[in-house]
Amino acid sequence: MPMTQSEDIVRNKVSSAHVAPPALQVEFEDSDEAAGQAPPTALKLQKFNSWYGNYHALHDIDMDIPEKRVTAYIGPSGCGKSTLLRWINRMNDLIPSARATGMLHLHGLDLLDRDYDVVDLRRRVGMVFQKPNPFPKSIYDNVAFGPRLHMRLSRSDLDQIVERSLRRSSLWDEVKDRLKDSALGLSGGQQQRLCIARAIAAEPEVLLMDEPCSALDPKSTAAIEELMDELRNDYTIVIVTHNMQQAARASDYCAFLFQGDLIEFGDTKQVFTNPRNEQTENYITGRFG
Amino acid sequence: MNQRPQAYSSRRKRRILDRSFVIVCVAAASMSIVALTVLIGAILYQGMGHLDWAFLTGSPSRSAEKAGMLPAMVGSIYACVICASVAIPLGIGTAILLEEYRPKNRWLAKAHQFIQLNITNLAGVPSVVYGILGLTAFVSFFGVSSSVNEPAWEFGVSHYDEFFDMTGDYVSVPLSKRSSPTVELREGLQGYWGPQREMVTLKPVEDPARWKQVKQQFDEAIAALTVQPDAPGYEQAHAAAARPFAGYVRASAQPIRTSEKAHWYVCIPFGRGVLAGGMTLMLVVLPIIIISSQESLRAVPNSLRHGTLALGCTRWQMVWKMTLPSAIPGIMTGSILAMSRAIGEAAPILIIAGIVYITFTPEHLMDDFTAMPLQIFDWAGRPQTAFHHVAASGIIVLLAVLLSFNALAVIIRQKTQKPLG
Ligand SMILES: Nc1ncnc2c1ncn2[C@@H]1O[C@H](COP(=O)(O)OP(=O)(O)OP(=O)(O)O)[C@@H](O)[C@H]1O
Ligand SMILES: [Mg+2]
Repeated sequence: MPMTQSEDIVRNKVSSAHVAPPALQVEFEDSDEAAGQAPPTALKLQKFNSWYGNYHALHDIDMDIPEKRVTAYIGPSGCGKSTLLRWINRMNDLIPSARATGMLHLHGLDLLDRDYDVVDLRRRVGMVFQKPNPFPKSIYDNVAFGPRLHMRLSRSDLDQIVERSLRRSSLWDEVKDRLKDSALGLSGGQQQRLCIARAIAAEPEVLLMDEPCSALDPKSTAAIEELMDELRNDYTIVIVTHNMQQAARASDYCAFLFQGDLIEFGDTKQVFTNPRNEQTENYITGRFG
Repeated sequence: MNQRPQAYSSRRKRRILDRSFVIVCVAAASMSIVALTVLIGAILYQGMGHLDWAFLTGSPSRSAEKAGMLPAMVGSIYACVICASVAIPLGIGTAILLEEYRPKNRWLAKAHQFIQLNITNLAGVPSVVYGILGLTAFVSFFGVSSSVNEPAWEFGVSHYDEFFDMTGDYVSVPLSKRSSPTVELREGLQGYWGPQREMVTLKPVEDPARWKQVKQQFDEAIAALTVQPDAPGYEQAHAAAARPFAGYVRASAQPIRTSEKAHWYVCIPFGRGVLAGGMTLMLVVLPIIIISSQESLRAVPNSLRHGTLALGCTRWQMVWKMTLPSAIPGIMTGSILAMSRAIGEAAPILIIAGIVYITFTPEHLMDDFTAMPLQIFDWAGRPQTAFHHVAASGIIVLLAVLLSFNALAVIIRQKTQKPLG
């Protein structure tokens, strides 16, 4: 394969800690899109740029994230995946130096509008963090936190929401007898699933997950992937992952970012089996990053 | 000269050095323990003899045997409660502003930093300085009224002119009701009545017509008195003179100005009362509370803040539902320790209240008071050795209070020590 000079530099720069995985063995199902029906767009980005102070973290991103699909962001560390994700629920507002220009619309709603109420936005866009962050409360109170915040609910309605959310995050059977116990007593994988239950209990439209499985064992990871598979019918999911197999297995669409640029975005099957860009191919086959 | 130094190369030497360092450390540590033991031993030896229930419930006295500590203890408690109820909410509020509401705007951020710098500096200001500040700010309110004894504004007080009346007892006339028949009598004002000169309870004449009559008859009357209907001979007198009349208060009588203050009496400026003392202690401990609360808030992991915000909490909801509950044990511990500092402070209270001989407990917020350290200071400064023992007893009480505060703080810290997610 011909190698350009810049790629060569990249290869040398990025550590080779990743041994190339065996050729991806993922069975791709034929999606609806293959039949030619493009799903409606949930998030629309055009000429989207982001800065931290003077550091230009994202350059001219154009992307249509489809509704009720799983979209994965992949790319080497520091390429701007988390930055892009955090703009969707404006968590970057917490970073004083962060700013963005361009267009970022959620169902036609301008998310970069200064006057737009971020509290309302975060109600509609849930987020799961890399490190499980259960609140130091009971399991029940963790899940009930969002609903209690936004709605006046009767006790039984709340019970129902809690049970449904815990069932959806496949945690119910493990915790149904200890709902009143502290959430901090759960294992890491259980905690992460609890965080997912907490996010979906607030009934968001979009669910953002920033490396949700990075601290988890393969079994918990599998549980969360299963969960995503289940949730994809109701939620628009955007996930950041460093795990190529996970991206290939669990996502419908895949975006490859590299040093702040969107290199490739498309159907996951196409990106993984027939990448248009050489860098993408190198990355997913583990040749760098 | 590039050779390696050989000084410590011998193992023996190194070990000796190591040992001697430990010995120095142990010696240093034991010094403080010895000092503390000697101090406590000496105080217990001197003070235990005088320490009994009578000491705890008695008032200061001119004789050392009878001297008690109750007014000082109650004064300290009042001042501390006032201090805590102002300093803790204010301190927590400030800490929340400083920790949770960092502004994005550059100039606001500068102001923020400036406040933070000031608070850090304030924590190191000697308490005497706060005493002076309290004196200007609370005692005299920057001099709004010419004299501390004449407040510019007050509430919950009635002023009386007290006149000795012809019966030899006295009657109080509210200042606003001079030369009116409706006077306020001291409860159960007694007077002589009737031909037998019997002692009866008097009451004011309330009927305006009757008052007019009296006023006509005795020009210098400013108040008329009559007897209660149940007085002996009332019926006859009533029949004879239409209405019984017992006496009047002369305008020429020399009034004695008195005032009756309710428990809720407040005035501005505060004067040298317990409120001014408590507020001054508040100034002393406020920076401490702010800083310890800030530290507790900072110990709450950011992941919890982000978790709540990502669920659609406002900043206020985040603070109220997550950060503050997580930080409250630390805040409480810090506040209790700050309070124990306040109880032990003598200098600011000395400036506010001075050494006064007080044998009563404060009845309202403006009342004169004394505090434990001040009382001890007073006793210890007297020439008679008997009072030095009384001072030692006072120190035991003060130390007991301080130690129990610290113990409470430790208990809270241990009970609530749990990991935060
Ligand atoms: N708070 C911040 N202040 C300044 N620069 C930041 C900040 N957060 C991220 N950056 C920079 O922005 C770039 C993108 O960071 P980002 O966290 O989005 O990367 P990432 O793709 O999520 O990486 P990883 O896979 O390691 O999580 C990095 O170069 C990083 O140094
Ligand atoms: Mg990241």
